[in-house]
Amino acid sequence: MTLLAGIDPVAVAAALIVAATPILLAAIGELVTEKAGVLNLGVEGMMILGAVVGFAAAVATGSVLLGLAAAAAAGAALAGLFAVLVLGLLANQVATGLALTLFGLGLSALIGQGYIGVRPPPAGRLAVPGLSDLPVLGRLVFSHDVLVYTGVALVAGVWAFLRFSRAGLILRAVGESHDAAHALGFPVRRVRALAILFGGACAGLGGAHLSLVRVPQWTEGMTAGAGWIALALVVFASWRPWRVMLGAWLFGGIAVLQLNLQAAGVKIPVEYLAMSPYLVTILVLVIITADRPRAALHAPAALGRPFHAAG
Amino acid sequence: MIRLERRPAPSRFWTAATPLLAVALTMVAGGVMFAILGKDPVAAIRTIFWDPLFHPQYAAFSRPQLLVKAGPLILIATGLALGFRAGIWNIGAEGQYIAGAIAGAAVGLAFYPLEGWFVFPLMVVAGAFGGWAWAMIPALLKARFGTSEILVSLMLVYVADKIVAAMAVGALRNPDATGFPGSRNLARYPAAANPDLIAGSGLHWGGVAALLAVALVWLILARHRLGFEVRLAGLAPRAARFAGISPGRLTIVCLGLSGAFAGLAGLFEVAGPGGQIRIDFGSGYGFTAIIVAFLGRLHPAGIVLAGFLMALTYIGGEIAQFVIGLPAAAIQAFQGMLLFFLLGLDLAANYRLRRLRRAAP
Repeated sequence: MTLLAGIDPVAVAAALIVAATPILLAAIGELVTEKAGVLNLGVEGMMILGAVVGFAAAVATGSVLLGLAAAAAAGAALAGLFAVLVLGLLANQVATGLALTLFGLGLSALIGQGYIGVRPPPAGRLAVPGLSDLPVLGRLVFSHDVLVYTGVALVAGVWAFLRFSRAGLILRAVGESHDAAHALGFPVRRVRALAILFGGACAGLGGAHLSLVRVPQWTEGMTAGAGWIALALVVFASWRPWRVMLGAWLFGGIAVLQLNLQAAGVKIPVEYLAMSPYLVTILVLVIITADRPRAALHAPAALGRPFHAAG
Repeated sequence: MIRLERRPAPSRFWTAATPLLAVALTMVAGGVMFAILGKDPVAAIRTIFWDPLFHPQYAAFSRPQLLVKAGPLILIATGLALGFRAGIWNIGAEGQYIAGAIAGAAVGLAFYPLEGWFVFPLMVVAGAFGGWAWAMIPALLKARFGTSEILVSLMLVYVADKIVAAMAVGALRNPDATGFPGSRNLARYPAAANPDLIAGSGLHWGGVAALLAVALVWLILARHRLGFEVRLAGLAPRAARFAGISPGRLTIVCLGLSGAFAGLAGLFEVAGPGGQIRIDFGSGYGFTAIIVAFLGRLHPAGIVLAGFLMALTYIGGEIAQFVIGLPAAAIQAFQGMLLFFLLGLDLAANYRLRRLRRAAP
């Protein structure tokens, strides 16, 4: 493998964790939304809006943390629009999600006009004296930005919430059968609205990680399908939080590897390397869904079905 | 007490009225957006919707553009509408559009500089085939493995985008050019060119193809067995299966047809107004066509009207860019907004308000 000779494995692994974070954040949010029985195809739109709003807020205030808060709020606001249409006005979820993406892409380009070429304030990294200086572990575990840890914490939190808490059980019930949940007296629409807002906030954070930490810059359409990959990731993970993390790292690894191969000057044209994340997404989706009965078993039973309480 | 009740069948009146109402509401909301951007909202709306058609100075240039832009939108949207009606979501028309353009242009360039009547027809076949083949990937994966056609067709847009970039700097690059990467200009190769049929009208073969597609889909929906199957599968998937309609076959037919239409749109564009394969050939027609399909109520006649309206916002947006300095992205947000209002107002078509009388005690 002379091809990989010049590549430092620890650097790659550390870069992989960073590269995985935007899709990890977006996917864990979408997982909660889908567990409540709502399919929001607008992840890409919410991500890119989060990216630009977070960027603008960070530039204006000089604080990355305020930028992140603004990004989460922007993602949640766009998700709120989705919730009004889908829950309030009973609009088709697939079409509304697409509308969200198209609108988000347009709106973000509009907001971002004045920010092309602007440098954001630097994102701080965790620096624990002693720990961050450890040979391998230091670079791998103890020297990332705050969102990397937020992502992992969110995965653990969502897992515990869905598995152990009463509220998590109600959310899952709403996603499996909204009619039964409604009959039991659970507020189906309120649960779904909260799940949608959470999904939007997470997607917004994911977008902000791209524009403030990973790149860090604002360019139009910079999410480049990351939101769609996050959607695929939820299917790949069979709606399980820890598998979402595994999947995100897999995609992060592919993204980093193809960048490294580009940098190493491999004889394959750049364009063909750059399409690999999308091809791998398709491949992974096919493998997961090929086992049809099992794939159907994991999906929330009421996913994508509109709820209208009759009587 | 008032409550919402599902109508047994969608209201015909509201189905027709909601697009108009949605356009009106979008103008109001868009006006607010333009005002926030510091532009005069009335002037902006007039520039977008009125000036392309009637402005003494720009109209002569922009009227033909209307056909140039509406053609591909209508052609793609009619194909998409058929699938959307059956609950088959091909949202990767942009990728099929690019694939068709690459396939068609490759055939044309292969014959260069040969002159022959057969070159352009062969390109048309190749364009349709390219789009069809690109759509067959999600179709076959859906039919065979149940993989989401939404995600696969969308991922393939990004793949097609990379391929067209690779072609523009690689295999299809103009060998005589030294400047910008891109293929030979097909518009300057008479056997392969797709010029205006009537000079200055903006009507090229793509417009003709769009009209034929509209007629064909109309015929299919109204008279053909396939149209019946599409409508049944959309309204009652389980009933459709019991009636012996194979969901896999329907997926392959609907995705194939919409892919071929999108591929044709790409070919007519690359041989006509576009002229050449460039790195940034993808123009977003495939995505805007989704809005056109919904705005046209998934009906061929409605799609023709919706296609012209969306073309108008494109051209009006361009005029507004250089006249009042409206940012290009504003139009995209404007189009997204239109889809929101439309989807929200659909409530009126599918549901009605009922006043409940309390039973006497």
